Amino acid sequence: MADAKRGDLVQIHKIVLEPDERSDNLPSCTKSVPYECWIKGFLVDEDADMGDEVSIRTFIGREISGVLCQVNPMYDHNFGEPQKELLSIDTEVRRQLERT
Amino acid sequence: MDMSYSAVMSRKKDILRRATGIDYDRFEISPLTFDYEGLMNSCEYSLEDVQRILEETGVGKTPLVELENLTELVRSISSPGRGGRIFVKDEAANPSGSFKDRRAALSVFHAKKLGYKGVVAASSGNYGAAVASQAAKRGLKAIILQEVYDSRKVGQPEILEKTRACEAYGAEVWQLTVGPELFYIMLRVLEETEFFSASLYVPTSVRGIETLGYELAQQVFQREGRFPDVVMITHAGGGNVTGTARGLNKAGSYNTIVVGVSVDLQGLHMASDIDFNRKSFTTGHTGFGIPFLTWPDRTDVPRNCARGLRYLDRYLSVTQGEVFYTTELLAKLEGIERGPAGNTSLAGAISLARELEKDQILVVQETEYTAAGKLPSSQLTFAKENGIEVRRGDPKENIPGKAIVIPEGVDQIRIEDMDMEKIRRSYIERAMKMTEGYVPTREDIEFLAEDSKSSVDYVQETIRSLKVKRAELA
Repeated sequence: MADAKRGDLVQIHKIVLEPDERSDNLPSCTKSVPYECWIKGFLVDEDADMGDEVSIRTFIGREISGVLCQVNPMYDHNFGEPQKELLSIDTEVRRQLERT
Repeated sequence: MDMSYSAVMSRKKDILRRATGIDYDRFEISPLTFDYEGLMNSCEYSLEDVQRILEETGVGKTPLVELENLTELVRSISSPGRGGRIFVKDEAANPSGSFKDRRAALSVFHAKKLGYKGVVAASSGNYGAAVASQAAKRGLKAIILQEVYDSRKVGQPEILEKTRACEAYGAEVWQLTVGPELFYIMLRVLEETEFFSASLYVPTSVRGIETLGYELAQQVFQREGRFPDVVMITHAGGGNVTGTARGLNKAGSYNTIVVGVSVDLQGLHMASDIDFNRKSFTTGHTGFGIPFLTWPDRTDVPRNCARGLRYLDRYLSVTQGEVFYTTELLAKLEGIERGPAGNTSLAGAISLARELEKDQILVVQETEYTAAGKLPSSQLTFAKENGIEVRRGDPKENIPGKAIVIPEGVDQIRIEDMDMEKIRRSYIERAMKMTEGYVPTREDIEFLAEDSKSSVDYVQETIRSLKVKRAELA
């Protein structure tokens, strides 16, 4: 079975500029890597597997092509872990206000 | 058509003229001088028009809240009689959750009026979401270009949240890796789509923010019978400072001291793939703040309408740890949980209020929404994952890209005054370098004086000393 079929929400990857096509005015760590891009949209092709060159229709209806890299991409940024460096601030400042 | 980097960049002028509807050449007076007010007024909206346009999409008229508990805490560490009253303009109450809606609202309205079918903006911050939100309301298409990932495809949680927000408002989002070639992509997309460039630096973007300064001056006046003594503004590209200060002037609040505040990220390179994820703040920092003061025209349009140096009385820096600490204070003492980046100027206010008399009024002019990714816990988790040391201590031990030091007490929040003299000098030096061989006229000197909030004498003296320096080097 194919990884994605027409109409699925997917993400594509594109190399926009290879290192030698990039701006000359860059730190070496940036100049040595390609300039890359990821875009989400609905798969236009009948079906496709990861790594296939595909077309998508973006949320505003434009057709863009690139390499299929994710199907049904989720947002996985989160609230983070509790930070012990912040947890006692509440008690500290309340105590200070009580003293005044 | 040739889509290579150099070919697209060489078509810049034509692409931008079409994408902004502005013939910037019309405002050029000499190699140094341009008609700033002429450009600002080229979109022909009065302040009342702008207020009405913003109201149509629910932007503006945000609450002004007095932070009594925070003020009390500041007074507990101030000299007798000191500790000014701190107010905050709760800009998170705007539709997409930040003051950026004011910038986007007028630009998107203007784009629609001129007949554009869509808008393009390059922003990894709140502005992208604001443009997407306004475009949704006005029935225009939006494309948002974001610098999101380093070459490992690791992205700051704050920017990932911004991608989510833009897509929630129906925009097409390009998530790009680190690099100034964002501008190249922008030109390509503008050329291909024939959409409007909702640049942060076009006249409509800055004119939209005038409503913020105007509103807060009026709110303070209605409540207290006088204008604020100090307004503190988080500074990055200069639009927030410029628009707010112009709005204060339009309200008649001429004597208010305008203070810019940025997070200190000095030493980190903004185009570095490695440094990119070693910072916790993606805007409102010195990496944008200083270069945009010394050379405002470094932007994606030929002339930048956001000219912070024209309006700043003072420019301060705070550390990342101080801003995270302040974000905790605002939530715990005032019951207002907001995003850290929007609390940059509030961190500065805690320190600066100690200098003020008790009856003086200080207004922090923004807050921003908070969400997964945009809060101290997620940003500090990310910092630790990227090898940054996080600890309690004296924030003076903060090292951008290496250590985030959370203050042990409110008295440890201490602003650093940036050297305005050095910034002005650097601005003049840059202007002279850009126009090497050209001899400035009286009008040019007056322009430079106005553009750097200095004087004709100061500019002349600086140019003279630069010549001496150059002669010595030769």
